Amino acid sequence: MATFLLRRLGAAVVLVFVIATMTFLLMSMTGGDPARNILGDGATVEQVAAKSAELGLDQPLAVRYVDWLGAAITGDFGRSWFTNEPVMTSLANKFPVSLSVVITAILVTAILSAILGVTAAVKRGWIDRFVQMFAVLGFALPNFWVALILVTVFAVNLKLLPATGFVPFTTDPGRWALGLILPVAALVVGTIASTAQQVRGATIDVLRQDYVRTLRSRGISHRSLLFRHVLRNAAPPALTVLSLQFVGLLGGAIIIEKIFALPGIGSLAVNATLQGDLPQILGLVVVMVVLVVIVNLVIDLLTGWLNPKARVS
Amino acid sequence: MSEVVIPADAVVPVVASGRQKLYRRVLKNPMAVVSLVILALVVLSAVFAGQITGWDPGRADLNDALAPPFGEHLLGADASGRDVLARLFFGARVSLIGALIALATALAIGIPTGLIAGYFQGWFDSLSSWFASLLMAMPGLIVVLALISVIGPGMVGVMVTFGALLSPGVFRLTRSGVVSVRRELYIDAAKVSGLSDYRIISRHVLGVIRAPLVIQASMIAGIAIVLQAGLEFLGVGDSSTASWGQMLSEAFSNIYVAPTMILWPGLIIGLTVGSLAIFGAALRDTVQGAEPARKTRRRKPTNEEETSTRRLDLSTAATAAVISPRDGGQEDIEPSDALLVVRDLQVGYPQPDGSTTIVVDGVSLHVDRGEVLGLVGESGSGKSQTAFSILGLLPDTGAILGGTISFAARTIASADGAAHGAAALRGRQFGYIPQEPMSNLDPSFTLGFQLVEPMRHILGLSRPAAKTKALELLDRVGIADPRRTFDAYPHEVSGGMAQRVLIAGAVACDPELLIADEPTTALDVTVQAEVLDLLRGLQRERSMGMIMVTHNFGVVADICDRVAVMQAGRLVEQADALELFDDPHNPYTRMLLSSTLEDTEPRAARSTRPVSSRGTAR
Repeated sequence: MATFLLRRLGAAVVLVFVIATMTFLLMSMTGGDPARNILGDGATVEQVAAKSAELGLDQPLAVRYVDWLGAAITGDFGRSWFTNEPVMTSLANKFPVSLSVVITAILVTAILSAILGVTAAVKRGWIDRFVQMFAVLGFALPNFWVALILVTVFAVNLKLLPATGFVPFTTDPGRWALGLILPVAALVVGTIASTAQQVRGATIDVLRQDYVRTLRSRGISHRSLLFRHVLRNAAPPALTVLSLQFVGLLGGAIIIEKIFALPGIGSLAVNATLQGDLPQILGLVVVMVVLVVIVNLVIDLLTGWLNPKARVS
Repeated sequence: MSEVVIPADAVVPVVASGRQKLYRRVLKNPMAVVSLVILALVVLSAVFAGQITGWDPGRADLNDALAPPFGEHLLGADASGRDVLARLFFGARVSLIGALIALATALAIGIPTGLIAGYFQGWFDSLSSWFASLLMAMPGLIVVLALISVIGPGMVGVMVTFGALLSPGVFRLTRSGVVSVRRELYIDAAKVSGLSDYRIISRHVLGVIRAPLVIQASMIAGIAIVLQAGLEFLGVGDSSTASWGQMLSEAFSNIYVAPTMILWPGLIIGLTVGSLAIFGAALRDTVQGAEPARKTRRRKPTNEEETSTRRLDLSTAATAAVISPRDGGQEDIEPSDALLVVRDLQVGYPQPDGSTTIVVDGVSLHVDRGEVLGLVGESGSGKSQTAFSILGLLPDTGAILGGTISFAARTIASADGAAHGAAALRGRQFGYIPQEPMSNLDPSFTLGFQLVEPMRHILGLSRPAAKTKALELLDRVGIADPRRTFDAYPHEVSGGMAQRVLIAGAVACDPELLIADEPTTALDVTVQAEVLDLLRGLQRERSMGMIMVTHNFGVVADICDRVAVMQAGRLVEQADALELFDDPHNPYTRMLLSSTLEDTEPRAARSTRPVSSRGTAR
C-alpha cells in the first residue's frame, strides 16, 4: 500500500508540474504587450517600458519561468497586475466559497446517484426508466439554465430561498446552508444524472458476475450481498466518474456563482480573463489543477482500498 | 452558410458508408428518428434564419422593449426590443458552427492518435495515454478562460481549445477499439495475407469503432454547445452576434422584470443537446442489439418480457434426441426416501420477440442420500441449467416453465413459481461448487471473509468460532498453510487453491446435497485428480448426495454411482455408471463415451474405483 501511495503521489506531482509549465509558456508566449494593456492607450512609451521592467517582462522567457516556478513552489504566485494584491491572498479568500459549493455538490451527487443507480439496477421497472430518462435530461439542460429556473421559481416567485447573498459559515451556519441549497441543486442535476447512470451500469455488470451467483448459493442474506459485495465491486467505476465530475463542477461553479452572486473564484476568473491579469490566472489554474489532482489521488486511494487488485497494478 | 449543413452530413455518412444495415436499423428506432428530425429542424432554421423570420436579430427598437409573446413578435422582444425568435434562429448558427469546430478538432486529434497508439503501441502509446489523462485533469472552463485572456474571445480559437480538451474521450475510445480488434485472429490473417497496415486499419479497425465514435461525437457536440453557451453567459464570449448563451445572459439581467425570457434559449439548448444525446443512446441500443446471440439470449429480455405470455418454441430445442428404452425421463423410479426429486422439469428463456427458447425439456431425475449422480452432456445440453434450477439460481431472464423439484419430500420449485424453497435451502442444505474458480470468488474480499460470512449467517457462529471452523475446513480441503490462505485475496492464490477454497465454502454449513458444476474443467490435469479425490472423500465422510455436472466420462468413472445423459435439453439415457460404461444403449451416449475414452485411459480410470464400494454407497 505504501509503494502504491508513493507512486500515485509521484505521478501527481509530475502532472501538476507539467500543466503549470505548459500554462505558463502558453500564456507568456502569446503576443500582446501586457504593460501597454495595463496602463491604457494614454501612457507614454517610457511609462510602458518602466511598467514592463517593474513586472519583469523585459527579462528573457527562461528567466521569467524559473523565477515564477521558484516562487510558485513556495506558494507565491506574485501579485495581481491590476489590484496589486498577492494572488495567493485573493485565492485564499475566494476558494473556500467555491469549494463549499463544489464539495457539497459532490457529496450530494455521490449519495443520491448511489441510491438511484443501485435501485434502478436491482428493481428495474419504472425507476430504471426514470434514471435513463433523467440521464438525457441532465445532459441536455445546462446547469446555469437550471439555476436560472430555480432562481425564478424559488427566489423570485415563491420567495422561499435567498437568490443572492452569501453568508460565511463562521457567521451563521444556518443561513450559510440555506444559501447553498439553490446553487448546489442547480449543479447536481447534471452530475447526478450521469453518475446514477454509471452506477446503474456498474451494478448491473457486477450482478452478472459468477461470484454473485456463488455468493447467493452460499445462502448469505440479500442485504449483505447487495450492500457488502455488489456495492463494493461496483464502486470503483462510479468513483472514477465522480472524479471527472469534480473537474466539471469546478467549471460549472464559476457560472453558477455569477447567478447567485457568490463571492467565489467565478468573478475572480472572469475579471482576470477580461483584464488579461496573467499572474492571477496562472495562480488560479495551478491551484485548481492541484485540487483536481488531490481529488483524483483520494479517489485512487479509495479505489485501492475497495479493490485489493488495484493496489498491486 | 454551407458550413451549417455539415453537422448532419458529418454524422450520418460515417454510418451510411459502411454498414447500410445498421443505418437502416437506426432509422427504425422511433427515438432516433424523432431526434434526427429535431436536429434537422434546428439546422434548417439556422440556415434559413433570414428567410423564415422577417426580423433582423440585431435591430433594436425601444418601443418594442420586452414586448409580450404572440403579438407582433411571436416570442416577444428582449429588453432592447429585438425579436426573440429571430435571435434564437440566428443564435443557432453560432451554436452549431461552434459545436462543429469543437467536434472536428476532437476527432482530428483523437482518431489519428488513438489509431497509432492502439495499433503500434510502444512509446507513443504510453506518452499519448498519459497526455490524455493530463488533459482530462484540466478544468476546461478555466483553461479556456485563461486562453481568452491571451488570445481574445474569438469563437474559432475557443472552440478549437474545447475540442482539444474533449479529444481524450475520442482518443481512448479509438485506442481501446483498436487494441481489442488487434488481438482478433482475422487481423493476424490479414497481416499474413500481406495487407498493409493502412488497409488493415481502414478496413477492419475503423469498421469496429465507427458506431461508438458517432455516439461519442453526438456527446461532444452536445457538451460543446453547453460550454459555449456558458462562456457567452459569463460575458467572455464573442458578443458581436446573437447567441443562445448571450440571450440567457440578457434574460438573467431582466429576471425580475420578464422571467419568461429565460425559457426560450434554455429550451432550444435542451432540445438540441437532448436530441444529440437521444440519438447517441438510440444508436448505442441498436449497436448492442446487433451483437451476437450470446448476449441477447440471456441478457436482452427485461422483466416485463419475462412475465409476458410464455409461448413455447420447441423448434430451437433439438427434437432429434433419440430416447432409448432405458432412458430416465419417464421411467425414473425414485425411492420414496430420495433426497432430491426432479420431475418433468422444463426451463426456458423468453425472447424479446415473444417466443421462448427451451433449454431443459422434460427432465426427471433423483438423487438419494449419499449417492453421486453424474449429469453428463456436451456444452449447451442443459445440464448446468438443470443444476441452477435446483439451486433456484437461474438467471433473471430464465424461468421454470414446467415440472416440479422437491427436496426431502418438500416441493421447492414448480412452474407456477409459488414455492421458492430453494432460497432457504441454499448454503444450509445445498452446497454449490462452480466451474471456474477465479471468477467465482469476490475479488474485493479475503478468502477467509468469504468463508466466515455464510457460516456466521447460517450457523449463527461467532466470528472467532467461524474462523476456527474455516481454518479447519481449509486444512481439510488440503491447503498447506490455512492461515495464510485465510488472509489472502482471490488474486493471490492459484486456480487449484481457489477451487479448494470454493469446495470448503460449499461444504462449510454441512449441506446434504452438493451440486458441482464441472468442478475440474478449469483446472490443470494434475490438480484435477486431487480435487476429484477430495470431493469423493468429502462426499463419503459426510454421506452427502451429490450431482456432478460434467462432460467428461473420466470424471464419471471416477466418482459417480449413477449417470444421466443429456442432449439438447432432454434426458436421453439414465443408468448405473458401470452398466452405462459396459453397455451404452443410446447412440449419443456411445458417441460421447468414445470421444471421451479416446484421449483418457478408461481401464485405469475404472480400476481406481473399487467396485465393492457401490453396494455400501447406495
